[in-house]
Amino acid sequence: MAQVLVVTSGKGGVGKTTSTAALGAALAHDGAKVVVIDFDVGLRNLDLVLGAERRVVFDLINVINGVAKLPQALIRDKRLETLHLLPASQTRDKDALTEDGVAKIIDELREKFDWIICDSPAGIERGATLAMRYADTAIIVTNPEVSSVRDSDRIIGLLDSKTAKAERGERVDKHILITRYHSSRAARGEMLSINDVLEILSTPLLGIIPESQEVLRASNVGSPVTLNNPLSAPARAYFDAARRLKGEHVAMVVPSETRGILNKLFSRKAA
Amino acid sequence: MSNVVRERHSLMFRPRSYMAFAIAPQPPIVDWLSALDASLGRSESFFAGQHVALDLSAVNLSSNAIGQLVANLEERNIRVLGIEGVDPAKWQPGLPPVLRSDRVLRISEPVQLIAPAAPTPEAVRPPPQKQQPASLMIEDPVRSGQSVVFMEGDVTILGSVGSGAEIVAGGSIHVYGALRGRALAGATGDGRARIFCHRVEAELLAIDSYYRTADEIDDSMRSRPAQAWLEGETLQISTMN
Repeated sequence: MAQVLVVTSGKGGVGKTTSTAALGAALAHDGAKVVVIDFDVGLRNLDLVLGAERRVVFDLINVINGVAKLPQALIRDKRLETLHLLPASQTRDKDALTEDGVAKIIDELREKFDWIICDSPAGIERGATLAMRYADTAIIVTNPEVSSVRDSDRIIGLLDSKTAKAERGERVDKHILITRYHSSRAARGEMLSINDVLEILSTPLLGIIPESQEVLRASNVGSPVTLNNPLSAPARAYFDAARRLKGEHVAMVVPSETRGILNKLFSRKAA
Repeated sequence: MSNVVRERHSLMFRPRSYMAFAIAPQPPIVDWLSALDASLGRSESFFAGQHVALDLSAVNLSSNAIGQLVANLEERNIRVLGIEGVDPAKWQPGLPPVLRSDRVLRISEPVQLIAPAAPTPEAVRPPPQKQQPASLMIEDPVRSGQSVVFMEGDVTILGSVGSGAEIVAGGSIHVYGALRGRALAGATGDGRARIFCHRVEAELLAIDSYYRTADEIDDSMRSRPAQAWLEGETLQISTMN
């Protein structure tokens, strides 16, 4: 039974695309058939993060308009053969997306894939509402700071009212994924704590991804962090989140600073 | 209707029945209108403030002709609530909604428009039904950007009210979670309404038209159970423990 996921947030720059790529690769790692769809028409990025930008021929809008067939537009990842990308068009805008077109594509993908992950654009306009429209499960990416949390709250409201599932009287499964978590800054009160975020959003937690240079490093070489450095702290957190998505019970670990003793001595001296 | 709940489908359906006069034009319409004018001349304010449904089963009109007829009636201060006895395909934007006539409760005795002892509008209203206490209960959190408007009475929220969300109630507001958004109680001018919440972190509290913003709420109250009420023209807030 295929699962349609939407990775969404409301606010931009919180890590939706990074998380889509990392979770997609983590799920595909075990052999599940995964497709990630970039809904950010006009500002596409997912192709870059997956290192597929030089292989884009057809895109989501071409398929909606009937210019290309869906299999022609799907790009298979070079490292993981069960991971596929359906890129967005860079030359069009979100008005080119139609509800019927998206519905047809999702239905067709449901036949072939185990996981369909929709990477939502920021905002609450057409691109974002169509990305979440047919989702069974939503991952709300949130940074531990107030503006991101309030935007997430707004998105949760939309997930409960504007999705096809909500209109049928059902509920979209919702999970919070906290990204860019910085344990020492949270300890100093410079960031909201995990408990504050969960209390405000009253939605279960899928995972906590620590702030890390590894994430940027992976994006720059066009690789999901879960493939580029699977043993790094953010990659392990994404692997745990992927296992929770599959229904496994994995204990939640709040990331703490992992610095060597020399580092600690050094920072004390500097301070 | 003053009862609007945006973006929360589960809250929107509140079945309610209204008393309406159904008027049924007879062809030719021109003659029927002049007969109506003659009657109205004798009882000018008969339709004032009344709900009127237009029963078109006796005539066969195009969409445009229906629009024209509705306009003619509006010129006579007859506001048409809905139309019935018409093919729904003829409906077009701008026309009153098509009523499903199988749901219409028909009252067998037609009301006489010009009877000497003309029933006043009050006299034909149905006897008041057993009054339901007017309150709205919401079991989920109210999210940022959502607005719950309930002018008929009290609103009770079991979850939290997010920053950027808004609750407007004709009566009092009770929030059993954290109140982080705006709460406007007594919105129909009821100065006796109050606001109760389990944790006050509100952006704005208002009763009747008197309000306080977050800036004007004492910091010592923050995150504590609190109530707000109106004393004269001052909004008072106190903690409850």
